[in-house]
Amino acid sequence: MTRQKDNGTMTSREQLLATTFVELADTLVADFDVIDFLHTLATRSVELLDVDAAGIMLADQRGGLRVMASSAEEARLLELYELQNNEGPCLDCFRSGRPVARDDVPTMRASWPAFTQELQLLGFHSAQALPMRLRTETIGALNLFRTRPGRLSEVDLKIGQAMADVATVGLIQERAIAASELLATQLQTALHSRIQLEQAKGILAQRTGLPMDQAFQLMRDYARSRGRRLSDVAAQIIDGLLDDEMLRNGRRTRPDTSPRA
Amino acid sequence: MRDPRVVEILSVLALGPGEQVTLPDRLCAACLSALPVTGVGVALMTVDGPSGVVLAVTDARARQLEELQFALGEGPCVEASGSGRPVLEVDLLVAGPVRWPRFGAAVLDAGVHAVFAFPLRVGAIRVGVLDLYRDTPGQLTAVELAEALAFADAATEVILHLQDHDGHDGARSALTGPIDSRAEVHQATGMITIQLGVSLAEALLRLRAHAYATGRTVSAIAADVVSRRLHFDDSESGTTNRQDRR
Repeated sequence: MTRQKDNGTMTSREQLLATTFVELADTLVADFDVIDFLHTLATRSVELLDVDAAGIMLADQRGGLRVMASSAEEARLLELYELQNNEGPCLDCFRSGRPVARDDVPTMRASWPAFTQELQLLGFHSAQALPMRLRTETIGALNLFRTRPGRLSEVDLKIGQAMADVATVGLIQERAIAASELLATQLQTALHSRIQLEQAKGILAQRTGLPMDQAFQLMRDYARSRGRRLSDVAAQIIDGLLDDEMLRNGRRTRPDTSPRA
Repeated sequence: MRDPRVVEILSVLALGPGEQVTLPDRLCAACLSALPVTGVGVALMTVDGPSGVVLAVTDARARQLEELQFALGEGPCVEASGSGRPVLEVDLLVAGPVRWPRFGAAVLDAGVHAVFAFPLRVGAIRVGVLDLYRDTPGQLTAVELAEALAFADAATEVILHLQDHDGHDGARSALTGPIDSRAEVHQATGMITIQLGVSLAEALLRLRAHAYATGRTVSAIAADVVSRRLHFDDSESGTTNRQDRR
């Protein structure tokens, strides 16, 4: 089996892994942003694991799942599809609190007929989910999508689960620290950050003529190359403080940041 | 994707007693009876802070506190609207005067010991604040907090509904459900902002008005905008609200 992303040395993957764990553990900062944090988890999953897209769902204050972050538009669409049709690996994973995977497309189809069809329509042939769980509490799931069929390797699975675990501890810890602001209000705020992100995507897509997912990519690359929070960049776009030229130039300074290159 | 509790709250409001009691008044009354608080108020907000418009209150003290925050330019609702995050002050005796020097003292004089302010927003669009007051200190439980957040979502929809009627006399929108959480609606709002050169708030109203005028759903119109089948502009017919309006 050839791994597409193993062009670099093992050392660079290990370095990214180490950086990622620090990023995911770093929730105790004054300006912690749930959406930014989850985007980091989604994009790092794609960079570190043998997957092509990743998405995260979290439970809201009533236990209903919400799509919170995704590395690509397709992953977001698939998660929405799961919620609308009440079928798919992520839902099974959230309900059971255990990892969910299938060996191949036929067994996926047997478990989730409608979802598997939608998955293939979007160009993927494998989907699996890892729980975001601490002890008995499952707060959501990390969903991994691949264009090639089959399960992730054991090593990738362990790394993926470790990332999900660290992120979960971070989220729960953050909730405990911010005593007056429970997870419910955090999620409410995060949902509006998410809406704000969509509003900014629309503004940018209209201004540049780019498709929605490329407009998002532009925003995200700019945020990352400048070390800025995605929600701050979105707010600046909405306030008209960032023109297209600034965004494109910001991106060019770090051409290696695109996870879908 | 829609919180069933928000849908429930809105459907009960829509069934309320005729025109004598306004929707915001009904919302505040329903919120007061659903939660262990002493008073409820809804104030409209602008980007710059409180607009001075108190939409509804359950009692004279709630009105006094809303107006006080506007006069002083400080307080939980000012803070909630500015930050976009709920402000939950569980013991004003301890934290009030430190957090809000002038409002903190006044609110204690009025006998209020806890205040919970929820921003009413659609992403970057700030429409108002839902304020809950209580004359005893203490937190809301997780269940109560979830209930308060559901009322905040319902209040947001009520305000948007009222704005629909303000700006577009012909449109007869029904108060059917909470704001659509689908991404396309918000992406389309962003696109229309640029197409028409208007604010996000105005763009969302135009999008909704066009849906009502054409008898289609907001998300169907949004999907057309995002796929660039539909373009909002003020000069051409069919897709512009200006023509639908008059």
